[in-house]
Amino acid sequence: MAETKPEAALSTDTHEQMGFWRQYLFSVDHKVIGKQYLFLGLFMGFVGVFLSYVFRWQLAWPGTAAPIWGKVTAPQYYELVTMHGTIMVFFVAMPVLLGAFGNFLIPLMVGARDMAFPRLNMASFWTIFVGSVLLLISFFVPGGASHAGWTNYVPLSDASKYLPGNYWGGNLWLIALAIDFASVLMGGINFLTTAIAMRAPGMTIWRMPLLVWQELVASVLFMLSVGPLIAGVVMLLFDRMVGTGFFLPERGADPLLWQHLFWFFGHPEVYVVAMPGLGIVQEILPVFARKPIFGYRMIVWAVIVAGILSFTVWAHHMFVSGMNPALAEPFSVTTIAISIPFAVMLFAMIATLWRGQITFSTPMLFALGALANFLLGGVTGIPLGTNASDIYLHDTYFVIAHFHNTLVPTAVIAGFGGIYFWFPKMFGRMMNETLGKVHFIFTWVGFNLVFVPLFLIGLGGGQRRIYMSSVYTYYKPLQPLHVIATIGLLIIIVGQIPFLVNFFLSMFRGVKAPANPWHATTLEWATDSPPPHENFHAIPTVVRGPYEYSVPGMEQDWAPQAAAVEAGAARG
Amino acid sequence: MILGWLPQDVSTFGPNIDSILKLIIYVVGTAFVLAEGTLLAFVILYRRREGGRAAFVPGESLRELAWVLIPVVIVIFLDVAIDVRAKPIWELVKEQSPTPALTVKLEALQFGWEFTYPGPDGKFGTQDDLVQTTFLTVPTGQVIRLIIGSKDVIHSFYVPQLRLRQDAVPGREIPVWFEVTLPGKYEIACSQLCGNSHFAMKGILRVLTPEEYQQWVSQHWPKAGAGTGKSASSTRSSASGTEG
Repeated sequence: MAETKPEAALSTDTHEQMGFWRQYLFSVDHKVIGKQYLFLGLFMGFVGVFLSYVFRWQLAWPGTAAPIWGKVTAPQYYELVTMHGTIMVFFVAMPVLLGAFGNFLIPLMVGARDMAFPRLNMASFWTIFVGSVLLLISFFVPGGASHAGWTNYVPLSDASKYLPGNYWGGNLWLIALAIDFASVLMGGINFLTTAIAMRAPGMTIWRMPLLVWQELVASVLFMLSVGPLIAGVVMLLFDRMVGTGFFLPERGADPLLWQHLFWFFGHPEVYVVAMPGLGIVQEILPVFARKPIFGYRMIVWAVIVAGILSFTVWAHHMFVSGMNPALAEPFSVTTIAISIPFAVMLFAMIATLWRGQITFSTPMLFALGALANFLLGGVTGIPLGTNASDIYLHDTYFVIAHFHNTLVPTAVIAGFGGIYFWFPKMFGRMMNETLGKVHFIFTWVGFNLVFVPLFLIGLGGGQRRIYMSSVYTYYKPLQPLHVIATIGLLIIIVGQIPFLVNFFLSMFRGVKAPANPWHATTLEWATDSPPPHENFHAIPTVVRGPYEYSVPGMEQDWAPQAAAVEAGAARG
Repeated sequence: MILGWLPQDVSTFGPNIDSILKLIIYVVGTAFVLAEGTLLAFVILYRRREGGRAAFVPGESLRELAWVLIPVVIVIFLDVAIDVRAKPIWELVKEQSPTPALTVKLEALQFGWEFTYPGPDGKFGTQDDLVQTTFLTVPTGQVIRLIIGSKDVIHSFYVPQLRLRQDAVPGREIPVWFEVTLPGKYEIACSQLCGNSHFAMKGILRVLTPEEYQQWVSQHWPKAGAGTGKSASSTRSSASGTEG
């Protein structure tokens, strides 16, 4: 169990002084690549939020001109909702949570000098960059970007006659997605190899921080689930461009095949995003409660069990799809069962706070906000995972509100917490606390103002993907809730201004950060802020677990993972 | 109280769906309030105090873990209870098929609904079939079987007041059933993205008392045996203009 590896032998890349291009653009340094992912993810995130602003304007005040965009037509509406979902899941959540935090933190946290395959790492970033550019180009091709929904169900997305004029938008959607998947696969290989083979002396697997564990499990889930969907994407592209009929019912195909391929990947994908997000929260909570995480080993096992179960639940997205209704029963049971490991994790996180000494710094506020809303996202999965009640709730705003309450707390709220927490390590300067707290309040209050009303719209029978709700009389009493939700979104958007100001000003003008500003224990805090080339002046020797806070008998209330000499050297 | 948001319930199995929703909302609602309450209480009680020191509770021993594992066992118990209660309701709505008094075929298409009645001979594909677009007319108090298909892409038949939803998949014929308790007009909504006019793909479920329904049948259905000489397509064109 206690593997100790000669670290330098595995990383053969030398980091001599390099020119601007090699240092900032085509860098093979995992820290630079992590930041590149962060910038890409943030940029795509603002694009995705802008799209949601336009379609939420239409939902709140149908037929009026949205400032900056103008009037929203029905095809535009479907383009906006499709691309919002696609961008946020595949081009924001994955690059930020896996690409940015995984890349930046895994080598630092396990005590390695870089990723196992630095050039593959660089290739992974530039691959997703190309995918992102293609996806953005698709807005400007004739017919615009894909209108087929982020789930891209066939045959709507297959034969171009069903979405007239949307030929190139649909093709580019598939191409961009395949490229995105290839990029994340390359990243995942690196994550696994680095964490398995390049850990510092004394860094046993049971001393790895929970974020590393969760990034690993997420990478494995992604690798094992994405293959069938990549095949499906290529088949669908052939249908559209070459004239095959893999998904065309008139040529004998079964349209449900696509749904199985999509959700066999799509459900594990939820955890690919959620797990690193929860990992961030689990890193932040002990630091600001000054307590060990409650039940470290139990959490690791819960993550692994949740990962395994995540392969057995996909058809809960398809209860009313027309698949054999008898199948809904086992899938309902597995779905309810997967709530158990998540309950373990959530209860453990709450228990971590018990008898702590909690400081409400900005990262902690985001971590607590993420935890509070992930609870809501979790419990609202039960009526959807229960087949009988899903008959009524499927495809309503209840689903939208549920999955935004699982993905936004993990990908966005925890993601912001992670940015505030590791910013000093990434850029060597502290972010402003006041602006950070304003950002938190606007983001968190705004978020709940958007999605609590959407739960009620869903319970009232209000469907998603309805351009003009006034078509239905049962929808009319629900309309004021759409107005509240859109106001909530506007609050979120205004709240991002202090973030942007804070982020860019602090990068150049912030107070210089010490090596360990939060008095945290994990290895990334045992080196300079920002870390030097190859991360550590000397590879640290790990002597204890990752969350030793307030250990009885010690004078200071944190015990770094690295042996004392190393910690002292890094601080000096 | 939160179920007050649901639209009126007019099918025989609607109360079953509502009861499972209610059970889940009460169970998970209680769990949610307890968990959030604990979180809030901890955050307030254990905020940093000058000179204070946190307790060292790593949660590695079974005695400590019990604080998490016991609530988890309760969650498991409640999960099982929900599944056990939901199973017969799912079977009632989606797996059982009571003998219908009337069978109607539905074909969904971009962007409308086409209902085919078998006509007086009770058989589909014969000359006395009656095709109605948009309007599905049925009596109260009788089991209706709807055989759902699609002519192009995937659609979904959704009537909130019936608490019934079923996707319409091209290449498949999927039977569903319902029995309405209250006469009236209810909207049929397409609930699966099916193209740029998906939002406007509305149909109307017209529910009549059995007497009114008989009257409607005698007015609109082709007379038994009158189909001779008259092609099915001409019946279709004359019927599709009728509002019902």
